[in-house]
Amino acid sequence: MLQAVMRSYTGVISSPVARQLKYAAMYRYDVIDKALVNERVAQFRDQTRRFLAGELGEDEFRHLRLRNGLYIQRHAPMLRVAIPYGLLSSRQLRTLADIARRYDRGYGHFTTRQNIQYNWPALETVPDILAELAAVEMHAIQTSGNCIRNTTSDHLAGVTPDELEDPRPYCEIIRQWSSFHPEFTYLPRKFKIAVTGSPKDRAASLIHDVGVHMVRGPGGDPGFEILAGGGLGRTPVIGHVVREFLPREHLLSYLEAVLRIYNREGRRDNLTKARIKILVKSVGVEEFKKRVEAEWELIKDAGLRITEAQVAHMQSFFNPPAYRSLQDSDPAAGRDTAFRAWYRYNTAEHKVPGYRVVYVSLKSPDVAPGDATEAQMELIADLADRYSFGEVRVTHTQNLLFADVEQERAFELWQALVDAKLATPNIGTLTDMICCPGLDFCSLANAGSIDVAKLINERFDDYDYVYDLGELDLKMSGCMNACGHHHVGNIGILGVDKGGAEWYQITIGGAAGADASLGTVIGPSVAKADVPETLARLLDVYVERRLPEERFLDTVRRLGVQPFKERVYAAPAAA
Amino acid sequence: MPRRLLRDGEIVVDDWRTLNETEADGHSPLMLTLDQWLTERERWIARGGRLGVILAPQHKVEMLAADLARFSLVAAAFPGPSEGRGYTQGRLLRERWLFSGELRATGAIGRDQIFFLARCGFNSFELPDAEIENAAAAFATFSAAYQPSNDAGLAAPLLHR
Repeated sequence: MLQAVMRSYTGVISSPVARQLKYAAMYRYDVIDKALVNERVAQFRDQTRRFLAGELGEDEFRHLRLRNGLYIQRHAPMLRVAIPYGLLSSRQLRTLADIARRYDRGYGHFTTRQNIQYNWPALETVPDILAELAAVEMHAIQTSGNCIRNTTSDHLAGVTPDELEDPRPYCEIIRQWSSFHPEFTYLPRKFKIAVTGSPKDRAASLIHDVGVHMVRGPGGDPGFEILAGGGLGRTPVIGHVVREFLPREHLLSYLEAVLRIYNREGRRDNLTKARIKILVKSVGVEEFKKRVEAEWELIKDAGLRITEAQVAHMQSFFNPPAYRSLQDSDPAAGRDTAFRAWYRYNTAEHKVPGYRVVYVSLKSPDVAPGDATEAQMELIADLADRYSFGEVRVTHTQNLLFADVEQERAFELWQALVDAKLATPNIGTLTDMICCPGLDFCSLANAGSIDVAKLINERFDDYDYVYDLGELDLKMSGCMNACGHHHVGNIGILGVDKGGAEWYQITIGGAAGADASLGTVIGPSVAKADVPETLARLLDVYVERRLPEERFLDTVRRLGVQPFKERVYAAPAAA
Repeated sequence: MPRRLLRDGEIVVDDWRTLNETEADGHSPLMLTLDQWLTERERWIARGGRLGVILAPQHKVEMLAADLARFSLVAAAFPGPSEGRGYTQGRLLRERWLFSGELRATGAIGRDQIFFLARCGFNSFELPDAEIENAAAAFATFSAAYQPSNDAGLAAPLLHR
């Protein structure tokens, strides 16, 4: 019988690898990781060759290409590349830019699950793209298909003051365990895992198939709360707690038990009922827990136990960078209004004095939300080297960020970002929309979303008004597959097809964080041209009825949808 | 036409027959469906000769556990290219129920699946003729693995490096 190789975190390749780098805080591949991604490229190259030679049928190839992130879309194949738990080195980002330039049309689209998508690669070149990625320790493994997908996490991991523990070492442990897992390569449906180390859930873990929350046990020992059965799509469900405390050493055996129950018992007769949420719902949470626990009891002491040494080894990759000893300051003092607005909205608190988290807004009004050009990516990579230890992160809200910027250098950084249209001061506001590629690119979509985003940006172009509305998240999907997470937007917009025309169903009151909830449909769908007016009416009700300091979400929760509904449907929208 | 297999890394002609392919009372190795086995269990035990059983994806391997020692072969059926329950059946048979006979994958499988199937304990693969000649190379698809599984039957100790 073969031994498992959990060598990447068992210390065969010693941890100082991470420390020798100019830039720390990132998992680095060892010889085994490198061999595996290269072997994956060779495998897919052979599969692509056989397909193009007619040796592999369309259907057989479909299952294989999806497991390498390759869809056949409306215009061309779409390639989805994993950015594990959102972490990129500047070198990796340059490679992403280079791929956009040489194999695509000069841009890429960042998604809600910390991936990047290319919309125009030619099928024959995809093996070459994968080889370019492998050279910088990246891949497109399991970014699509009915298997365990890219593990996502908090974009503020390791730098936020509200965190219990850095979740990234555990994300990497899960990434490795789930990569090429032989038993779970043909699941009933896709399977998404999100991990958060902060009670402020910025990873939308409650709408994942499994959510992993770092917690402390009764004796203060480290472990996890495990949720299962969340998800959006046709049947949106908030995840259920299936284990309140799982000791750290058992993370993988417990996940394996969950996956095994799902693989055996999840429905395979109907794709729309095949996610784990439907299984949990049909057998009931208690029964599901019982089955998982029974399976887990049988495997928990076998080969998947994680030792303290393995955890320590993995943590060593995520050691903090070499921060300077600084004092907090107020870089906005005395600066002009534009910088002050940007500093207020596009930066966030850092746990180390003198440092700040800086968001790079990919929500410029005239650009599809989440898109970045190759020139922007190159610039961001350079700025990362100059201002943030050579590291860039992808947020769940389709922006990028620099995690470790000296406050005193924020102004300089802002100037560089402004010139590249990367400083739209709208993070966390109405126009920081989450948006799927929609009908323009996606073969599943019923309606456009990018053009609706544009209409909304045109209507709400007054920053004073947008700022006055405060914290607000708008999420839009072009179909009920819900890639834009519309169910959990404070305002959600869902594209629907009505007799060949594009219409939009509006929900309000959704939330994706620790207090996740599903939005309520306000009424009949509206025509595309009426979406901005509909939003304006919803926001009017909020502005009139809000209590001091009350967020839109809380006003909706307090008042219910009725007053909003009445206003929207009171009279026809002005044309 | 004789059915060919990739078994323990070698291409061989299948020596097993299903009930449709042979006489019930003969002595050739006989593969039964789980239903056939359960319906006339005593008869098959009395028959003698080597017995095998074919599991459909929905069958729980626990249904076989008590009788497992009677079988020289267990086959898991993969009726379509998205079927994945057989992978769990394989691991449980090997790891939990310590089945040491021939573990065979049949149906919609090809060389692109056999690396993973082998890691789940399968040592025998019914492959289409167009696939079988070059399929053995697939056992070397990856030189290592991240997770413990069951790799019995894989000739090369891929992970002992």
